[in-house]
Amino acid sequence: MGYQVGDKVAPFTLPRVNGGEVTVDPASAAATVVVFTANHCPYALAWHERIQQVARDYADRDVHVVQINPNNEVTHPADSTAASAERVAAGHFAGPYLRDEPQELTRTFGAEKTPDVFIIDRTGTLVYRGAPDADYEDESQRASYIRDALDAVLAGRPVTRSYTPPRGCSIKWRTAESTA
Amino acid sequence: MTEHIEILAWSGCPSHDEARERLTALLRDLGRPDVEVRLRWIETEAEAREVGFVGSPTFRWHGQDLLPPDPGTPVGLACRVYRRRDGRPSPLPDPEDLRDAVRRALGV
Repeated sequence: MGYQVGDKVAPFTLPRVNGGEVTVDPASAAATVVVFTANHCPYALAWHERIQQVARDYADRDVHVVQINPNNEVTHPADSTAASAERVAAGHFAGPYLRDEPQELTRTFGAEKTPDVFIIDRTGTLVYRGAPDADYEDESQRASYIRDALDAVLAGRPVTRSYTPPRGCSIKWRTAESTA
Repeated sequence: MTEHIEILAWSGCPSHDEARERLTALLRDLGRPDVEVRLRWIETEAEAREVGFVGSPTFRWHGQDLLPPDPGTPVGLACRVYRRRDGRPSPLPDPEDLRDAVRRALGV
């Protein structure tokens, strides 16, 4: 089922793709943006720079952006931890890039696509879930769904557009066959 | 026999509807609405290997990829990554690349 808008999101800890661990506690920031993403997915790649720009633009406004690769690296080697670490080393990420190899957190969130965006306020409440913006092809959209939600949270206003259907590649789930 | 362009698609990737719409509109625009657009579903890794499927959507004319992938592109169930002419990645080919490829194939 996963988290629905209005649910409380529990803190979590995941490994970084390039070593070490990160604990994400919504109480530690005005807002936390969690993006399930992928290396191989053209939708995730098309929206990627817009999401990095959000991370940079809101970094000094107490907003944390974390990106998580949940995909099965057996069936999709481009999403392996090693391949993900190469992207980090190449400077492609404006925040921590985490790996959910067991996919337990991805199931807890109920993420379905890459990208799939979840925004959590300081009280731990999920205030937005969905796509970054309306059109992966249109750079001028600037991840406006994310920005609108963040601006509302930072101003203490309710998020008016709290859900949009996530659009992108399906999560590549582990199967008994692929993990044998 | 009706001429057709085949779109190889995988249901795990949402781009097939847009691919079909764009190709249909393009054929109309090129004056070849008689060319059918046929969707062929690839849903298993075995099928993907059998037909050399490198991702959804893949456009084929007489069995040949209209926009051949880079050498070494892995075969399997995936969304295909195209590059727009400005270098941006995209789930669909640049409209001009698709237009050029279809024009070459159909000789229009």
